[in-house]
Amino acid sequence: MRLLGGGLLTLLLAFLGLPILLVGIVSFSSATYLTFPPPEFGLRWYRAYLGARDWLDATWLSLAVAAAVVVVSTLLGTLAAIGLARLPRGLRVAATGLILSPLIVPGIVVAIGVYYAYSRYGLVGSPLGLVLAHSCLAVPFVVTSVSASFAGLDPRLEQAALSLGATPFGTFRQVTLPLIRPGVLVGALFAFITSFDELIVSLFLSGQGAVTLPRRMWDDLRYAIDPTIAAVSTLTVVLTALLMGAAHWLKRRGERLHTP
Amino acid sequence: MSEAVAPALLAAPRAPGLNWRRAVPLLLVAPLLAFMLALYAAPVLAMLSRSLLEPAPTLAHYIELAGDEVFLKVFTNTLSTTVTVTLGTLLLGYPIALGMARARRLLPLILVIVLLPFWTSVLVRSYAWMVLLGRHGLVNEVLLALGLLDRPMRLLNTPLATQIAMVHILLPYMILPIANALRQIDPSLARAAAGLGAGPFGVFRQVTLPLSMPGVMAGVLLVFVLSLGFYITPALVGGPRDMTLSMLIAQRVEQLDWAYAATLSAVLLATALAIIALFQRVFGVGTAFRMSAR
Amino acid sequence: MEGASVTLSGLEKRYENFGAVRGVSIDIRSGEFLTLLGPSGSGKTTTLMMIAGFETPSAGDIAIDGRSVVALPPHRRNIGMVFQNYALFPHLTVAENIGFPLKQRGVPKPERARLVEEALELVRLPGYGARQPRQLSGGQQQRVALARAIVFKPRLLLMDEPLGALDKQLRESLQLEMRRLHADLGITFIYVTHDQEEALTMSDRIAVMNEGRVAQIGAPEELYDRPENRFVASFIGESNFLPATVRGREDGVLVAECAGTLVRATCAGTPATGEAVTLATRPERLRFVDGAWPAPPPANRMPVTVTEAVFVGERCRYLLRAEDGTALVLKEPSSAATRRREAGERAEVAWSVADTILV
Repeated sequence: MRLLGGGLLTLLLAFLGLPILLVGIVSFSSATYLTFPPPEFGLRWYRAYLGARDWLDATWLSLAVAAAVVVVSTLLGTLAAIGLARLPRGLRVAATGLILSPLIVPGIVVAIGVYYAYSRYGLVGSPLGLVLAHSCLAVPFVVTSVSASFAGLDPRLEQAALSLGATPFGTFRQVTLPLIRPGVLVGALFAFITSFDELIVSLFLSGQGAVTLPRRMWDDLRYAIDPTIAAVSTLTVVLTALLMGAAHWLKRRGERLHTP
Repeated sequence: MSEAVAPALLAAPRAPGLNWRRAVPLLLVAPLLAFMLALYAAPVLAMLSRSLLEPAPTLAHYIELAGDEVFLKVFTNTLSTTVTVTLGTLLLGYPIALGMARARRLLPLILVIVLLPFWTSVLVRSYAWMVLLGRHGLVNEVLLALGLLDRPMRLLNTPLATQIAMVHILLPYMILPIANALRQIDPSLARAAAGLGAGPFGVFRQVTLPLSMPGVMAGVLLVFVLSLGFYITPALVGGPRDMTLSMLIAQRVEQLDWAYAATLSAVLLATALAIIALFQRVFGVGTAFRMSAR
Repeated sequence: MEGASVTLSGLEKRYENFGAVRGVSIDIRSGEFLTLLGPSGSGKTTTLMMIAGFETPSAGDIAIDGRSVVALPPHRRNIGMVFQNYALFPHLTVAENIGFPLKQRGVPKPERARLVEEALELVRLPGYGARQPRQLSGGQQQRVALARAIVFKPRLLLMDEPLGALDKQLRESLQLEMRRLHADLGITFIYVTHDQEEALTMSDRIAVMNEGRVAQIGAPEELYDRPENRFVASFIGESNFLPATVRGREDGVLVAECAGTLVRATCAGTPATGEAVTLATRPERLRFVDGAWPAPPPANRMPVTVTEAVFVGERCRYLLRAEDGTALVLKEPSSAATRRREAGERAEVAWSVADTILV
């Protein structure tokens, strides 16, 4: 019975994990076309990626857009999360609804909505358009993360600071901010990954002038599959895993700060 | 009197840490609200309004939809895919969640296996299934090697491919809420039930399963709503004839038929909201989205 | 240093339609150790929060040394405060925590370090400055919180259930330490707790609070020996309540009939003859008449039946029933020399007039 359960669990976990592992294996293939198992292993496709101008341009653009999204969404999202908890109830519910709605509204609806409006202002095919739209999609992650660290903050710590003579602003700077910092950093990481992986909005906003990495991958998958994309995929998975590891570590550290 | 005092005290607002002047919170939230209203809400609403204003204020587009065969076919296909995928994730996800809740030493490994795909882009995961299910993909190669097939079978670009890939992509959204609910069950309850004479299956059916239902409902809601709007995966691994609503919308935008695309968008959005409202009403799981924000 | 005097007059705090504090007036003397004692929801913490400035009174006034502080924000009241669960800043070291109020006041660094070390010595934690709060035990964290609250030499120290999270032994040793600190510093302490033993051990005076009001205020012995109402009599210690009918007065002593016998009680008021009243007496002040009694036997006597006898180590606890069915409790110091009574046995109990109070 127990053995059966263990076997079933292993099988299911294999279903979850193997496909991604497979992409990693294919990326080290030396064959010119997609085949499994690879006849020989090599770094051919990583070299192809690093030698391809369009792939690298797309990578840099994605990194730059994601970095800008981190700045915009973390700044706006953190300020909002601080204010949100102290808003009167009716206003708070309405504001929270708007801020979190990108989690619910189907991606295609957001994508064609921003495409429809941004095209009138010349924001299609420009990195700026991508930054603005991606920031809206990333904000919910920042706000939830910062709000969570706020909720975990003992109000008595702020009261203690005040009773010890710190001004309200001094309390915020010396006590509140250092304690929610892990939450802010986790939110920033989520924002980065949200933008870096985003495809649907980019499909409509990229145009010819602002091709992001996912957009470049999409074009490749639709028209000419060669294993370069396996190499690129593997690299993005590794980058994502590293960032998530960092986020996990920060979260743990934040929890430690909150339970003295 | 003292009975009346206790709940009233609980309802009393918690002591504010800082004495904020009334305007400060609003000033902090205002920049983000302005940003999202201008760059996200207004664009989406403006686009949606095309469905009601083309060429003059009208409901004609919605009425036409009821008799539009393409729409009806795509809508049914989307719903049936969504239901299949939701059931599939539930069927595969529950045992994994159960394993996660019971694992001790292996928990970190299981967590990595569940969370890594969760954080890998949909694009990469869809690509993985193209590799697996392709003409010369692993599945075909294995079946050929085992002698179960003479020639490679067509797996990619079929409805089945879409369903398998979507189940794979959405599984973590089902696993995490269920595992969360299972972890919160007091283990002494299962021991108590066993002590009262319930067998392992009886314990599961009468204690574990009912107590994990909030997690199941949250997972079902999440997967249902997310798969309703799927675009990338069906476009890459699905068949040319089985379109989803999202694909039809994209196609109509490419043809610059904004009124039709907007009408479809409104229907898609309304369906998602209706399902969320329904779940909130019936099962009270509206917070699912915030809990597992991605 | 001279402690601050604090005057609460007609203090009220209402939340929507519920009054947490409903008219509290207390004069706290300079250098006094005053405890606000009450069950949860009695308004004691809300009162403390209003003194600290974290809650704004709905009505009434708070004056420190005769000057109203109601309009003053908390950070300008210069009041030391020790919180439940200590509220040490987890991102700062012990020294940085204690130096925090000095930094806010612009004390230069070398001076700050000296004062911090002095405060650490005062709470008997010398050399702990470099540690992180989470590396300390609960009791040590409590001392750091105390050091932080007094390092800037406030003249008033507020404490909100500071020992609530500690185990019994540690609590008792810290209670003594707080008393010592209070004597050394000479400043005013206002202490909130729901633990009556803690309140009785440490306070100069206790204000017993119930449902947003002060039920009684007085020295520990006063509250224990002469509770003014049923709430105080049952909240502090244990009491037997005897329903009785007033029969008259004799030499300034009230005479009442209770379970068929006449009982005498000390009484400040003048209830009319025939009025139904309740008398209270402490279980440890009842004695069996044939027991080891210092002569002469006290005046109040009553025949009872033992319904249950429980041995609790240092004493025996008897549940008794009077002839009219009133249940009584009697606590007797245990001794191998005393005969243990059995359930069903008949006996007579006695207690002194001074230990009988009208509530």
